[in-house]
Amino acid sequence: MPDIKIIKDGAVVADDWQVIRDTSEDLPQGKIIVPAQYWLDNKSSLDARGDVAVWLASDQSPKILGDTIGHFELIAVDFPAFGDGRGFSYGRELREQHGFTGELRAIGNFMRDQLAYLGRCGFNSFALQNTDVDAALKSLKDFSVHYQTSIDNPQPLFRARS
Amino acid sequence: MYRYDHYDRQIINERVAQFRDQTQRYLAGEITDEQFLPLRLQNGLYIQRLAPMLRICIPYGTLNATQLRKLAEISRKYDKGYGHFSTRQNIQLNWPKLEEVPDILEDLATVEMHAIQTSGNCIRNFTADQFSGVAQDEIEDARPWCEILRQWATFHPEFAFLPRKFKIAICGSKRDRAAVAFHDIGLEIIKDAQGETAFKVFVGGGLGRTPVIGALIHDCLPKEHVMSYLDAILRVYNQLGRRDNKYKARIKILVKAMGAEAFKQKVEEEWAHIKDGPMTLTQEAIDHAFTFFQPPAYEAIDAAAAQSALDDQRLTDPRFAAWLSHNVVAHKQPGYAIVNVSLKETGFAPGDITAEQMEAVAELSEQYGFGELRSTHEQNLVLPDIRKTDLFAVWQKLDALRLATPVIGTLNDMICCPGGDYCALANAKSIPVAEAIQRRFDDLDYLYDLGEIELNISGCMNACGHHHIGHIGILGVDKKGQEFYQVSLGGSQSNDAAIGKILGPSFAQDEVPEVISKLLETYVANRTEEERFLDTYRRIGIEPFKERVYA
Repeated sequence: MPDIKIIKDGAVVADDWQVIRDTSEDLPQGKIIVPAQYWLDNKSSLDARGDVAVWLASDQSPKILGDTIGHFELIAVDFPAFGDGRGFSYGRELREQHGFTGELRAIGNFMRDQLAYLGRCGFNSFALQNTDVDAALKSLKDFSVHYQTSIDNPQPLFRARS
Repeated sequence: MYRYDHYDRQIINERVAQFRDQTQRYLAGEITDEQFLPLRLQNGLYIQRLAPMLRICIPYGTLNATQLRKLAEISRKYDKGYGHFSTRQNIQLNWPKLEEVPDILEDLATVEMHAIQTSGNCIRNFTADQFSGVAQDEIEDARPWCEILRQWATFHPEFAFLPRKFKIAICGSKRDRAAVAFHDIGLEIIKDAQGETAFKVFVGGGLGRTPVIGALIHDCLPKEHVMSYLDAILRVYNQLGRRDNKYKARIKILVKAMGAEAFKQKVEEEWAHIKDGPMTLTQEAIDHAFTFFQPPAYEAIDAAAAQSALDDQRLTDPRFAAWLSHNVVAHKQPGYAIVNVSLKETGFAPGDITAEQMEAVAELSEQYGFGELRSTHEQNLVLPDIRKTDLFAVWQKLDALRLATPVIGTLNDMICCPGGDYCALANAKSIPVAEAIQRRFDDLDYLYDLGEIELNISGCMNACGHHHIGHIGILGVDKKGQEFYQVSLGGSQSNDAAIGKILGPSFAQDEVPEVISKLLETYVANRTEEERFLDTYRRIGIEPFKERVYA
């Protein structure tokens, strides 16, 4: 399996996680990201093999993972279309409400111009499709000042001003 | 009004650079049409029937003379020398070139203006009572709250890709001039038992295909929690709002489906996580916002003398008298008045204004006021602080500019969307219908006798012309490729919020003025003294109107 390039922690890096969308076939070797529901249904066998992460579909709240959230090194959120913004809320929820500190990855059909927003919602890795990832890196820093509280900077601007 | 500091300037300049880069990548073929769509919409750029349309934000309808002059300059430099005020208090340019939009945004940024989130599935411009800060019936100025929440909504990272657009209005006066019941969120400023500022929170109101009156989900939200509470509402909507059908994607559908009580429960659950967190407003932040909206340096005017001089002038010129009665509103400061600048001259599209008119009005606002103006959701402008002693001079100048049509609040002050002449979504034209009605009812005495009537026209069921909440509403529909018009009665945008009822089968364009005439005759024949059109309708119901029109 060839390494693919993703953006992680503000840099372009090679990555060897494979996203499994079809679970009807045998799982490949190596590090895999399986559908959250598949993981819930096959916890014990997957735990035994190790190197398993999960991805949430856009209609799956992180709540379905319950107390096991802390168990994962990586959780991915799928964007079936870039206009489907549910994942932005899941990112914040994972970080703010479930205290998830591992790698939070955006997968699927999101686009380069959403990187800055995703980053502020707690995502720290981005598996962009059909995109020049080196050029895309710059979109992470579209803005240097923000009005709101966010995962990367909980202090809203009004508190900095007054 | 609010002025930018170095943070705001930095943000807006970075936005211009971001959109310039996005536009270049789009023109170079690196971004698809589909991907560029939300990016351009969140900068107010539509691709319309004849040309792109750029919607420029006027935050809660407040602007100054410098900004209005810049709009005039931009409309000449990049467009055809006029603009159109929309029902969300924004201004639209109908003929910009796509590749020049980044330059327009850069020019706008020099006067602290932008087109951020004026379209797209995100939080749109906040709207407010156009008389905020000067209204006699004000509980508290809505503008500082609009500004605090404008900043919260601007580039909110979580809510830029909502199921659908999201509109918020705030009203701080006793009479609701912001139509809070017809917004995704409506905030009504109140005072709690201790006299502290608080909010009534309405959610799930709206027009469009499915008009709904908003549900009250909090009857006394303490002011420091307003930001976190709105954040919680948006988070619930972002996760649970429907995304499978754009006609069922507004929050009103979610609130209806869940029930207001269950929706409120969900909001409270989300809110519990963030309440009392960093989003809790500090008194310093609230005070800071209010410093921008302090009353200007009003002069001490002998109000009684000013009034008696005005009464004399009224007698000398009946046209001035008509304007004074209809276009001038009482001000909370003795000796001052609020002047409506009418953009409803017959022969001009409602809400349209030329570059020359913009410059002249900017000049008037400086010469006779404090250089501040307002735009209204009825598509007019307002000079908020005019000395009563200057009213005659202001009227003469406005009259020469054709901006003194004395019809505010009458049938001919209609709200009207751009319709099929410009808009790609429209089923039918709306501007010619408005003009035909204005021409039919050009007798001012008859108009005044009819009294307060709100007539709203939309060219399609997206309802930009707010037809559902007009006392009389007109909706353009497509009937086998022909443009037809459906009429509804009994809507109201005010405290007595109501959605109009459809009269019956629709009419051809040339029949509309006659239909309106029959409706008005029915009203006149049935009214009691004191009754407005809406009151008579409410008392006698739709049947007598139906009988007369379809007889």
